[in-house]
Amino acid sequence: MTILDVFITSISALRSNIMRTLLTMLGIIIGISAVITLTAAGQGAQQGVSDQIRGLGSNLMFVKPGVSTTGGITGIPGTGPSLFFEDAQAIDAARLPYIDGIASHGAVGGPGSILQAQAIYRGQNTNMVLVGTEPSYQAVRDFYVEKGRFLSEDDVTKKALNVVLGADVADKLFGTTDPIAQTVRLFVGVGRQGVGFNFTVVGVMERKGASATGDLDNLVFVPLPSFQSRVAFIRNPKGFTNINQINIKLNDRSKEAQAKAEIGDILLKRHNSAEPDFTISSQADVLSIATDVEKTLRVLLVSIALISLVVGGIGIMNIMLVSVTERTREIGIRKAVGAKRLDILMQFIIEALTVTIIGGLLGVGVGYLLTQVLQHDISFDVNLLVYKYAINVSGNRYVITPFWIAMGLGMSAVTGLLFGVYPAWRAARLDPIEALRRE
Amino acid sequence: MIRLRKISKLYRLGNQEVVALRGIDLEIRDGEFMAIMGPSGSGKSTMMNIIGCLDRPTEGIYELDGINVSRLGDAALARVRNQRLGFVFQSFNLLPRLNAIDQVAMPLSYRGVANRKQLARVALGMVGLGNRMHHRPTQLSGGQQQRVAIARAIVGNPTIILADEPTGALDTRTSHDVMEIFRKLNEERGITIAFVTHEHDVAAYTRRIVSLRDGEIISDTPNTPVYQQQHPTGDSAATDGEALMEASE
Repeated sequence: MTILDVFITSISALRSNIMRTLLTMLGIIIGISAVITLTAAGQGAQQGVSDQIRGLGSNLMFVKPGVSTTGGITGIPGTGPSLFFEDAQAIDAARLPYIDGIASHGAVGGPGSILQAQAIYRGQNTNMVLVGTEPSYQAVRDFYVEKGRFLSEDDVTKKALNVVLGADVADKLFGTTDPIAQTVRLFVGVGRQGVGFNFTVVGVMERKGASATGDLDNLVFVPLPSFQSRVAFIRNPKGFTNINQINIKLNDRSKEAQAKAEIGDILLKRHNSAEPDFTISSQADVLSIATDVEKTLRVLLVSIALISLVVGGIGIMNIMLVSVTERTREIGIRKAVGAKRLDILMQFIIEALTVTIIGGLLGVGVGYLLTQVLQHDISFDVNLLVYKYAINVSGNRYVITPFWIAMGLGMSAVTGLLFGVYPAWRAARLDPIEALRRE
Repeated sequence: MIRLRKISKLYRLGNQEVVALRGIDLEIRDGEFMAIMGPSGSGKSTMMNIIGCLDRPTEGIYELDGINVSRLGDAALARVRNQRLGFVFQSFNLLPRLNAIDQVAMPLSYRGVANRKQLARVALGMVGLGNRMHHRPTQLSGGQQQRVAIARAIVGNPTIILADEPTGALDTRTSHDVMEIFRKLNEERGITIAFVTHEHDVAAYTRRIVSLRDGEIISDTPNTPVYQQQHPTGDSAATDGEALMEASE
């Protein structure tokens, strides 16, 4: 029997039981499309995380208060272990040569804060994160004003009631109106209980976009002393100014370890404490956490893929096993009229491969269509140290990788061969009369 | 030429051993037309399956045209089944989804014959199914299905046709049609025909009747074929068969 004959026999066997063929293919199509869709989503999420981590900016270090007692809720000055504006001044005063710039900030509102912050303009209002900071913030965080101006030294010394809006906040409150020189009411509180002050808009920040650090467009900046006196009015007993974070820009990444040690020393001395009641995280730390996040995602991805592989495999297995009884009889008949074991084996291999390859390719197609149809944004929070980090994967980020296509096709072929050919091969080893007796 | 020497067959049912055949000695010469009879459980089907190379004896030697078949491997045995033998079953054993031509052409595909559809048509013509070529088993009567099976058995030009109760699932009329086809094949083409039956009027077509009981041959007697006198509707069936045989040749 030539290969062509075997092929013709296999195709005619597939065509002669078109229902079984289609059901087998359906199992494969479901399995493969599940693998393709789920791994594409997972891969997309993973790439999203990688991109966002890279978007964090470079050479930044963050000093934050410790989080020993607050159960992950940070950002309320005066309630957590302390970090003070005076600490930042002390670091600045040390004139460390590798420091390019320092900017402190305090913040209320947003995820993780028990206080809500709202900006209100003529009946429009929006939740936001209210940040009190210094003029140096722009350069240190590499985040600049686009319209108007940022906070000035003058604003700080005069405790001016001037505000710079994040792009989203400006859009929501003003739409197409020019916000510059308009008055907005900034309200901080819980529910209807709280305080509100009128601020004058002096600038609007550039848009950082949703894919990178989406949170940044929802920030509202006021001078740190104004923030301190109007909002975070709970002063600590020593009269220091509470802040949430000191942002430090280094000019040399290789100095990270040294910076950590020296800044740590300064703070320990100032706080008169043996154990640090603050954390210093560098870009390297963030990256290593990011790597952990990526690893977790990869594990998740592989688990998802394996589950879909198993689901697909079971689909293929079921239909293959169901058809075996009927096929055993067919094998008996074929052997009775002169088919060799090898003929039978070849027929079933080619049948299985034909079905699984066609089914597999259709499955890849269906999977691709599913990723196009779903287009759902994936969004979840990752805790980087004490900071909640929002991961956003927009719909067009589904990534179909050749690896998983190959895995899917390979899986369907292997399952098809295992559950289709192996029982057939066992049946082919029987004497024909044995195979014919199996009902 | 078929020669069985001391053929035995044991079956294992659970922990019990069942002896189906005990030391059968039998010779079937070329061109014979014979029936094997016996009550159920006598081992006649087992013997037929062994002769048809569908089953293997537990002990003994089976020689087919001087070749010790019991020693052959899978591929060689498959070739014997394919080229020297044609087997007809009681339950037809057709593939449900194939039409008559494809059923009949199937054995030829295992020896790489090129014009197998053509040969299949000729074989179907010989059994009087020239107008049922594209029908599937479910679209055919029992008698027609058995004739497709016979066409499948003869398409490869075998020297021997074996049948296990070929008329067991058929009514009297179609049974005699089938026997008429066998008689023609035997008389006009010299094909050796051996079949199992428990119907005496079917066995009456043959020239030799072997009887089995409890796995042993208890009688082996020549028979005078009586089909011409006894055939209830013989005239029409015989004429049918004859006409078709001629038409196909």
